[in-house]
Amino acid sequence: MSLKTVLRASGAAALCAIASAATAQDTTITIATVNNGDMIRMQGYTDLFTEQTGIAVEWVTLEENVLRQRVTTDITTNGGQFDIMTIGMYETPIWGANGWLVPLDGLSDEYDVDDLLPAMRAGLSHDGTLYAAPFYGESSMIMYRTDLMEAAGLEMPDAPTWQFIREAAAAMDDPENGVNGVCLRGKPGWGEGGAFITVTGNSFGARWFDEDWNAQFDQPEWAEALNFYVNLMNDYGPDGYENNGFNENLSLFQQGLCGMWIDATVAASFVTNPEESEVADSVGFALAPNSEGVERRSNWLWAWALAIPAGTQQADAALQFIEWATSREYIELVAENEGWANVPPGARTSLYETPEYQDVPFAQMTLDSILAADPTNPTVDPVPYVGIQFVAIPEFAGIATEVSQEFAAAYAGQQTVEEALERAQDITNEAMEAAGYR
Amino acid sequence: MARAVTTQRKAINTTIAWAIGLLIFFPILWTILTSFKTEGEAVANPPVFLFFDWTLENYAVVQERSNYMRFLWNSIIIAGGSTLLGILVAVPAAWSMAFVPSKRTKDILLWMLSTKMLPAVGVLYPIYLLCIELGVLDSRAALVVILMLINLPIIVWMLYTYFREIPGEILEAARMDGAGLKEELLYILTPMAVPGIASTLLLNFILAWNEAFWTLNLTAVDAAPLTAFIASYSSPEGLFFAKLSAASTMAIAPILILGWFSQKQLVRGLTFGAVK
Repeated sequence: MSLKTVLRASGAAALCAIASAATAQDTTITIATVNNGDMIRMQGYTDLFTEQTGIAVEWVTLEENVLRQRVTTDITTNGGQFDIMTIGMYETPIWGANGWLVPLDGLSDEYDVDDLLPAMRAGLSHDGTLYAAPFYGESSMIMYRTDLMEAAGLEMPDAPTWQFIREAAAAMDDPENGVNGVCLRGKPGWGEGGAFITVTGNSFGARWFDEDWNAQFDQPEWAEALNFYVNLMNDYGPDGYENNGFNENLSLFQQGLCGMWIDATVAASFVTNPEESEVADSVGFALAPNSEGVERRSNWLWAWALAIPAGTQQADAALQFIEWATSREYIELVAENEGWANVPPGARTSLYETPEYQDVPFAQMTLDSILAADPTNPTVDPVPYVGIQFVAIPEFAGIATEVSQEFAAAYAGQQTVEEALERAQDITNEAMEAAGYR
Repeated sequence: MARAVTTQRKAINTTIAWAIGLLIFFPILWTILTSFKTEGEAVANPPVFLFFDWTLENYAVVQERSNYMRFLWNSIIIAGGSTLLGILVAVPAAWSMAFVPSKRTKDILLWMLSTKMLPAVGVLYPIYLLCIELGVLDSRAALVVILMLINLPIIVWMLYTYFREIPGEILEAARMDGAGLKEELLYILTPMAVPGIASTLLLNFILAWNEAFWTLNLTAVDAAPLTAFIASYSSPEGLFFAKLSAASTMAIAPILILGWFSQKQLVRGLTFGAVK
């Protein structure tokens, strides 16, 4: 770590520290978070924050679904167990609207809130007020094997169509050597296979609801999207793909068993890391595909963000931590110690203007994917909701989990695509009626 | 006279028993093996069984990142406390049902068991709110009481079954010799039921140790036991199977060792009443 970086990081924290030095001493804040690589890295640096501010930090790290249940229980009951919560783009606007989060309008000038990527800032706000600061952001994109693509005599365009993906999958599929043409998520769950099939639907012009909150699974766009996905995966995907989520596909890709993988941009640093990946030297990136003639692509938008629950007694100390952890100085601190490829991506515009980061192979494609995502216009036709791979209403998680289970049953051959869509239509309409939307 | 068992039949039975035993133990064995692999080897396809570069790195990382002893201590207090408290409440309850039954005893026993049929999440909010009101969120005391209440029906049932095996005449004889209720419970009943109480204690301790709904939902920092320790190593984005396996192995090791040393008691407790 260079002296310059230490001074910069110290400077940012020191500014905050001076502001509330008298109260900060002996303060301890509790942060609930998930076990993702970037979060773990952040935990390693918190001693530095404590040294500079006198604020001690206790971490509660939980599995994503457990965390969601845990923090939801706490915030709805005003339990006050956590001073900072790691939440996503789905929860933030809903919780902000309910008054469960402290608005982040006290951020200092040095923090430079305008440097946050506009898509991230918009997704983490409600009525123009920011309720969570993005720690890292992601979209989705295609990761592909450049060597297999070359051997197949094909060239991946920067912005391919689903039809090209099928052609390339057919060319790279090599069952004798265990190589699957393409690996995609199929695992049930609104955030797993549910998210993937929702964005695939968007790229075929399908949508969850019309403007009157009527389910749209009976429309031809959904039939086209789901049939395309099922045929593609049955022909060129791995066996049992209905059980594969992010981690399963990551493992397959890293072992050289997938020609292409379309998933979160954050995976790029895993698949290009020679210590973890057998194919680190031969990975290329492209924008997530769309169906020919459809304007929208199948890339999503997500951020893991830090928010302050309204029940906390330590809002000032919590805000200090959020400023530190999501600052430019923190990014530089990580870059200095662990390399630019390992900094938390997708949160700040200035990161993508940094020359050193522009040399990282997946940086530009990550930014392009994030910029191509528009949560207010996720698909071709207008929708009454915000969100790309989700619908930002509280009922969505339950409905989408059930719908994704029906789809997974179709992937597994337990029912036809038509039956799955019919059931999805009924499930969604019934739930929306019960919730009073229709 | 018991039927003679041929050597051949004995061998077959033993082989089948070992095969079933290994099958049941295999997931634990696989977890332990994975904890000594690198993250790459942990997800290798085809999987590697024994021939890999054994490493302790995962344990070192887990040890560095988490305060294992704090989680362990919380587990011991919560599981031990709820078990002891449960026994204290259950012994008199089981005694009265076994030796002074009323016409409603059977109904009460069934009703008690029916409380186990309610999914825990159904009462999450009431319990959470109660804990907030009483100021006992993230405290070991709250978990001791809640886990005791959850396991109480099983403890009462097990003790009731044991006590029913003890002839009432012995207690009558004690009463005739002038023993009061206290003496009867402490000096006659309890010593005779020691094997039963011991296996109930063990089983309940294991159940409380492994309980992963309330221990995750009602704790944060101070009272978090080993279940929370394991949950902190599960990742939605990133392959940490080897570290997760190391954390799991560290979490189950104490209870595995306890189970190993007390297996006779456990087997007796679990098969009690099967053969009379």
